[in-house]
Amino acid sequence: MTGDHQRANRPQLSLHVPEPKYRPGDEVDFSDIEVPAAGSARRPEPGDNPSEFHELAYGLVRVLDEDGKAVGPWDPRLDPDSLRTMLRNMALTRAFDERMFRAQRQGKTSFYMKCTGEEAVSVSAAMALAGDDMCFPSYRQQGILITRGYALIEMMNQIYSNKGDKLQGKQLPIMYSSREDGFFSISGNLTTQYPQAVGWAMASAAKGDSRIAATWCGEGSTAEGDFHSALTFATVYRAPVIMNVVNNQWAISSFSGFAGAEATTFAARAVGYGIAGLRVDGNDPLAVYAATHWAAERARTNQGPTLIEHFTYRAEGHSTSDDPSGYRSAQEWTKWPLGDPIKRLKDHLIALGEWDEDRQAAMDQECADLVRKTQKEAEKNGILGHGLHQQFETMFEGVYEEMPWHLKEQQAQMIAEEQASGRPWDRK
Amino acid sequence: MNDITSEEARIAPTPEREGDTARMNMIQAVNSAMDVMMARDDNVVVMGEDVGYFGGVFRATAGLQKKYGKTRVFDTPITECGIIGVAIGMGAYGLRPVPEIQFADYIYPALDQLVSEAARLRYRSAGEFIAPLTVRSPFGGGIFGGQTHSQSPESIFTHVSGLKTVIPATPYDAKGLLISCIEDNDPVIFFEPKRIYNGPFDGHWDRPAKNWSNHPGGEVPTGYYRIPLGKASVVREGDAVTILCYGTMVHVVADSVAESGVNAEIIDLRTLVPLDIDTIVESVKKTGRCMIVHEATRTQGFGSELSATVQERCFYHLEAPILRVTGFDTPYPHSLEWAYFPGPVRIGQALKEIMKDA
Ligand SMILES: Cc1ncc(C[n+]2csc(CCOP(=O)(O)OP(=O)(O)O)c2C)c(N)n1
Ligand SMILES: [Mg+2]
Repeated sequence: MTGDHQRANRPQLSLHVPEPKYRPGDEVDFSDIEVPAAGSARRPEPGDNPSEFHELAYGLVRVLDEDGKAVGPWDPRLDPDSLRTMLRNMALTRAFDERMFRAQRQGKTSFYMKCTGEEAVSVSAAMALAGDDMCFPSYRQQGILITRGYALIEMMNQIYSNKGDKLQGKQLPIMYSSREDGFFSISGNLTTQYPQAVGWAMASAAKGDSRIAATWCGEGSTAEGDFHSALTFATVYRAPVIMNVVNNQWAISSFSGFAGAEATTFAARAVGYGIAGLRVDGNDPLAVYAATHWAAERARTNQGPTLIEHFTYRAEGHSTSDDPSGYRSAQEWTKWPLGDPIKRLKDHLIALGEWDEDRQAAMDQECADLVRKTQKEAEKNGILGHGLHQQFETMFEGVYEEMPWHLKEQQAQMIAEEQASGRPWDRK
Repeated sequence: MNDITSEEARIAPTPEREGDTARMNMIQAVNSAMDVMMARDDNVVVMGEDVGYFGGVFRATAGLQKKYGKTRVFDTPITECGIIGVAIGMGAYGLRPVPEIQFADYIYPALDQLVSEAARLRYRSAGEFIAPLTVRSPFGGGIFGGQTHSQSPESIFTHVSGLKTVIPATPYDAKGLLISCIEDNDPVIFFEPKRIYNGPFDGHWDRPAKNWSNHPGGEVPTGYYRIPLGKASVVREGDAVTILCYGTMVHVVADSVAESGVNAEIIDLRTLVPLDIDTIVESVKKTGRCMIVHEATRTQGFGSELSATVQERCFYHLEAPILRVTGFDTPYPHSLEWAYFPGPVRIGQALKEIMKDA
């Protein structure tokens, strides 16, 4: 590709295309990732002007130190019971993921996505919000539902698209929805939830409500236009919303550099919009809790939105359709400098004298048993592809509030087809 | 159970060689088309989410970055609007971008760039600027992909003047058509029916999957060849009824016709815009009947346009009303996928209906 306009006296241009440091088989060394000491980040008052704490968009809010102690101004000082609840919510999320991933591998459903290594980002945040605050998640925040006490069997029914599935088999596995739990219907289309969360928050503010909204997207998804529209509306209307960017370093096979991480942090996106920005150790459950709590206080007191980057790592493949050994070094997760959020909270509780390895093992066992038992129950409602779990007619319901004539006609056609088909699904 | 991309992901991109043709599946054929064009023309660039080092979630661009370098085959940020906008800019410079949209279901953020910009650039600048893009994107259902990995949005694009829309049904056609698209100076939407990436699909989802190794369309020249845009292919000759279809449906229709014993003429449109009107009209005048089959939703699907056009041009030759067999007017359901899919039963019933007074 030779340009037509080269001149001897002008420098030749060259195109920069980002490249991750490590590829499959590479020896990984993360010593260049700056990990500031726990407790070193300043904690502004929630009412402070964002221009006064720009450095927090470039640093890293951390609470748990290397010895498992909670230190510094961001320590949320949670009581041991809350810490144990947080630990169990994360452990249960992980146990659930293990089991459902395996179910997909066994051919019981079409698709699954884990959040391994990122449990704190959803669990701790959900614990810092009020139960009636509205969440607009991406597909990797199952921890919110688990924290809010949504029944595991409902999640499994949805994953199996079975008779018990409240979404009537209409949606891809894990694209949950639970209005009752303040959990907005997950979309497969990236970042669409961002402006929606801002809109919900604006409505809440316009109505003089007290509830706020929170939303999550991956670092890769910050490239979508919707992300930037959301930030613009959020700052213009000082919407009571918390916008979380889960920077787990990878977007399928593309490293964070393809979303701009070579140049700056994701929290720094806030600076240009005049929004409060925090960059947080996403594998530190207490830091995530504290940051969310702080941002919620800002939102609730009409100080406006906060953008929080959670610096974490996607420990597993993108989904059951993905094999990360094709594009990244397997060592990355084992060498990740910020560790595993579950282990870090466990170590903290042990350091406090409020927990021990035996209780941890018993809890892990209890979570695994619960998930297994629930799975058996869910499978009584059927698994995907085996038998007909939803009546054919339901396919036409919910397209509109009232079914127009042409859908009624097609519905009748489908039933005639069903009768003519010899019902091959019954043979499965 | 089909996984969304994993089956495809296991396909090796290197075809087995047999002289100057090779057996290829549709992914390999698409890959080969880009390979051939990148070798012939160093202005051809390939871009999109995960297409670079990894070679795409369906592996369609596997090996290309290694061969042609990062400035010609590169991963992009996840912004479809950005991908198409940037491709238009590159086209304005003089490159020939081949952007990939990972799934057709994710093309909507790019609509403004496609509809208001790419499609109109030639017209509004009186030819000063053109947008010679080929937007590749896997489309269609039958893989348990739910509503965001299954859609067939072709008629959104066929409605836009200035865009061409091309849909192959075999590896052979995929490669020859894609080469023509890349060489074309107008923006082209190239939808790849992902259900038939690995093999033709007859619509019987409860039967074992076939691959391309025994299908004549799986025999593909390894080098350069073109299949002209705007030319349909008569895949079965017959005199009883003309069936217009494209993509996956070509194979579903062929099987249903074989089962029915009706001597149907099956036309694979291959290019939706510009349409091969002569082949269609000639066939319908011969058979006196016309049936249209597509997977996309019915209302204002491409079948509506076909039906109107055939009626305008062949009315006095028609012996039965034109029939459309389509997906239903609902979002693509996950669990009821096979009830949604216009399969052998729906097509068989329509065949009976259109032939009932024959
Ligand atoms: C609009 C749109 N474009 C592309 C995709 C395909 N896709 C699904 S997930 C994904 C990667 C997202 O990465 P990131 O935002 O970092 O989130 P993570 O998966 O790491 O949680 C892509 C490209 C999509 N779902 N929607
Ligand atoms: Mg990510």
